[in-house]
Amino acid sequence: MDRIYSINGPVVKVKRSRSFSMMEMVYVGNKRLISEVIGVNSEFTTIQVYEGTTGLMPGEPVVGTGAAMSALLGPGIITNIFDGIERPLRSLAELTGAFIGDGAEVSSLDTEKKYSVTLTVRQGDTLSAGQVYCTCPETDVITHRCMLSPLSKGGEVVWTAPDGEYTVNDVVCRIKTPRGEEEELTLCQRWPIRTPRPCAERLPINRPLITGQRVIDTIAPIAKGGTAAIPGGFGTGKTMTQHQLAKWCDADIIVYIGCGERGNEMTQVLEEFSELIDPRTDRPLTDRTVLIANTSNMPVSAREASIYTGITLAEYYRDMGYHIAIMADSTSRWAEALRELSGRLEEMPAEEGFPAYLPSRISEFYERAGYVKTLGGSEGSVSIIGAVSPQGSDFSEPVTQNTKRFVRCFWALDKSLAYARHYPAINWTSSYSEYIDDLADYYRKNVAEDFMEVRQQISNILVEENTLMEIVKLMGADVLPDDQKLLIETARAVRVGFLQQNAYHKDDTYVPLEKQYRMMKLILQFYSLGRKALEEGAAVGSIIDMGWIENIIKIKYDIPNDKPEMFDEYSARMDKDFAALGGGVAVGA
Amino acid sequence: MELKYIGLDEINGPLVALQGVSGIGYDEMAELRLSDGSKRLGRVVEVSEDRAVLQVFEGTKGLSLGNTTTRFEGKPMELPLSKEMLGRIFSGAGKPIDGLGDIYPEKYADINGKPLNPVSREYPRNYINTGISSIDALMTLIRGQKLPIFSGSGLSHNKLAVQIVRQAKIADEDGQDFAIVFGAMGVKNDVADYFKRSFEETGSLQRVVMFMNMSNDPIIERILTPRCALTAAEYLAFEHNMHILVILTDMTAYAEALREFSSSKGEIPARKGYPGYLYSDLASLYERAGVVKGASGSVTQIPILTMPNDDITHPVPDLTGYITEGQIVLDRNLDQTGVYPAVSVLPSLSRLMKDGIGEGYTREDHQMCANQLFAAYAKVSDARSLASVIGEEELSANDKSYLRFGRLFEKHFIDQGFDVNRTIEQTLDLGWQLLSTLPKSELDRVDDEHIERFYDAKKAAVLFGL
Repeated sequence: MDRIYSINGPVVKVKRSRSFSMMEMVYVGNKRLISEVIGVNSEFTTIQVYEGTTGLMPGEPVVGTGAAMSALLGPGIITNIFDGIERPLRSLAELTGAFIGDGAEVSSLDTEKKYSVTLTVRQGDTLSAGQVYCTCPETDVITHRCMLSPLSKGGEVVWTAPDGEYTVNDVVCRIKTPRGEEEELTLCQRWPIRTPRPCAERLPINRPLITGQRVIDTIAPIAKGGTAAIPGGFGTGKTMTQHQLAKWCDADIIVYIGCGERGNEMTQVLEEFSELIDPRTDRPLTDRTVLIANTSNMPVSAREASIYTGITLAEYYRDMGYHIAIMADSTSRWAEALRELSGRLEEMPAEEGFPAYLPSRISEFYERAGYVKTLGGSEGSVSIIGAVSPQGSDFSEPVTQNTKRFVRCFWALDKSLAYARHYPAINWTSSYSEYIDDLADYYRKNVAEDFMEVRQQISNILVEENTLMEIVKLMGADVLPDDQKLLIETARAVRVGFLQQNAYHKDDTYVPLEKQYRMMKLILQFYSLGRKALEEGAAVGSIIDMGWIENIIKIKYDIPNDKPEMFDEYSARMDKDFAALGGGVAVGA
Repeated sequence: MELKYIGLDEINGPLVALQGVSGIGYDEMAELRLSDGSKRLGRVVEVSEDRAVLQVFEGTKGLSLGNTTTRFEGKPMELPLSKEMLGRIFSGAGKPIDGLGDIYPEKYADINGKPLNPVSREYPRNYINTGISSIDALMTLIRGQKLPIFSGSGLSHNKLAVQIVRQAKIADEDGQDFAIVFGAMGVKNDVADYFKRSFEETGSLQRVVMFMNMSNDPIIERILTPRCALTAAEYLAFEHNMHILVILTDMTAYAEALREFSSSKGEIPARKGYPGYLYSDLASLYERAGVVKGASGSVTQIPILTMPNDDITHPVPDLTGYITEGQIVLDRNLDQTGVYPAVSVLPSLSRLMKDGIGEGYTREDHQMCANQLFAAYAKVSDARSLASVIGEEELSANDKSYLRFGRLFEKHFIDQGFDVNRTIEQTLDLGWQLLSTLPKSELDRVDDEHIERFYDAKKAAVLFGL
């Protein structure tokens, strides 16, 4: 029997033991605390404990499980809320009350609930890894497809259960492997969380993840299977942006990882998502959401694991052919968990106390995103959107910098925009997306032929405004020539009317691509008509007095999402107004 | 059988090590008896088969390797709890220091608490009326929220805390008890006296539990102080269904104590010498605010911290801001111009505000009024920086009206005074009146219906003597 030798916070050591392997899951102490082996040498086995170690004593037993830390995958994951090591929090609450106790053993999935299962294979079929052998409705919008685990060698189906009601642990199918062994298949399987699930091949990325957020969809779009980081100091709206994306992006399933963040935020997600109705399916958003909540006061080692648990769940559903978006809020807390554990292990620190393996861990995580052809032959994707909380709002700190190297979309949140209550506070000059070129085709075919050009013109206006603002800051706007004044006013319309988006307004919270495009077109129409009027001798004051800037700013509220044809009216009216202005000038001259 | 160990093996700062011990649990408490008969408390911070490291709360002064006897208590630190704690004063480690003797405990609780299960939390919705316009209107305090005050040395945070304690009212007044738990960590003796005196003068002492750790008390005790305070708060809130407001001051002193303790343990430091687990440690305190499903009480926290060198990016305010649900930032410039409370509006924020205000809580127009005040005041700072370059005379009429708005806003809205207690109606009406000094077209966060109802330039001109 192996016994505890020493305890320091979440790190426990066992002296002179040969029974444990690296990354093995073990139970520590009389309370059987869930733990993982993180270091082995001839003198000591080092173990990190995923629960509180208060009251643990040297000499208490340590029991190995022989398996790596793994997640249980099967129906019942969607709509659930788990902690960092996939323990369902609702069952924990029933077991230990409102405050989480130690050593509570609960099954990750509901073992009592029966699912109505349809077998998709017959006796005599061959089944290979990744292929579906049965399906069952998991929620009203998600059909669960049980696949042969990638760990299996596959084989011939020798028995199938009749279609009917089964629990996750019931055997529904038996196969005979080429070596003649029989394998029993239930509705669930295990997968080690730190190992990426395999796929047949990675496919090129060329479809956008449509979020309905204008600054994202047009200025810095993310692709399905892509990666994005949202860095921002506190109060800049990281969580708010994540919530908006989780609510509205067109993924099939959302995995929301609350990693070291506030408890009340998770409660908010739980409440809001069960009340909000997904416009595509008419079902509550919870029906496509799984939450991993390891709040900042829950054990730090489970926080480290929560990221891996989340992405493993996502990959599992990807393998069924779904598109999944992961919101990781916040990856900085995860990096800090790495730092904390590294400190307890007395490892040599690199930058700011973070371990030297920080960049490799970050890249391993983001590389698990992708658009793939699954082993079963269908297509699926995992997109990762990670929030980063830079220390002191300083983007040069190690987590932000290393994240920036491994993501292709960077949505920088800006404190001064947040202070001015410009939300989403995504800074349009320092944010970028490397997916623009990959997605250009999609936008051209599905939104408008000239979408990319329109987008470019809008972004040019913003860039020019940025340069002009340097002068305005020094000398005031009055010294500018008329055409530059017009540009500044147009840029204001872009900023306030287009980039600013009201998450609490029923129409403005999600805006379809079509409307985004029409809004940009209308702004550009105003700008070009304005310039023409200037050339014809109109004063910039009279153009501004026409009130079109105010009209444009209010379009987001005035034109409902389902009435894009109203843009034609606006456009015609603007033409008319400018014609009248031109006429007035001509008469005056 | 009770085992006692004679002597120590090593003394290093607040830490002592004992060799040849057995059967000791992590986080367990121990009592050290010196040869002169005095007693000290310690806690196990590291344990292995034959060695235990203890942190000694009262400090290691006077300890030698031979003059102590150590007895382990076999359980983590527990605080005796009772409803009688109201009106009493305790040391930072939870011992009564007001000379009224021990309390008669109803139960004992581990001061470290346990994490609250997110599914058992109730999302905080109802607001606490502080009577202070800037806070009520722009960064509303919600029951179950943690909203820190970021201040600097010499600013009026203590005065503000006292004013909040004196004026704070639970919005719906449903007859439930409302009480304050006050945790002072490393505060100066006269500051502690100021709080005590203020509580007495306002007659609120009977609903206050005080935990006092002065700046000359041992630092290890300082690490316990907020934990004791929060344990008492949770007990009163969730077992006696009271609404508890916890005021913790000064969190910077707490974090420094943690740093001192960490470096004496020889841990690897992260930023500015603070331990890598500062975030988790602060979170284990702040996250103990909230509302639990099925209990009618709540724990609301107002931690106060002084930003060293007024630097908001210093690790303590920085990490605090990431955990808490907003912040109230005090500003030295405003303070110097005599504005009280010197609340710096733009960097201040209450994250839970949006769900706890409006119809049914404060007033239906609250959100709109607040949004517009924020947006307008943000433009004031643009206009001011422009004016400092080109001179006020050269500004456009629009910018001038913002400058005027800024002055009036600071004078009438923010600068409220220590003795003024405004209702939420008064506060919001004042907000609309101030907004009415701006041209109507500038109110871009307000819809037409509300402009119609609240915009009255003539009345504002009379009111502010324009």
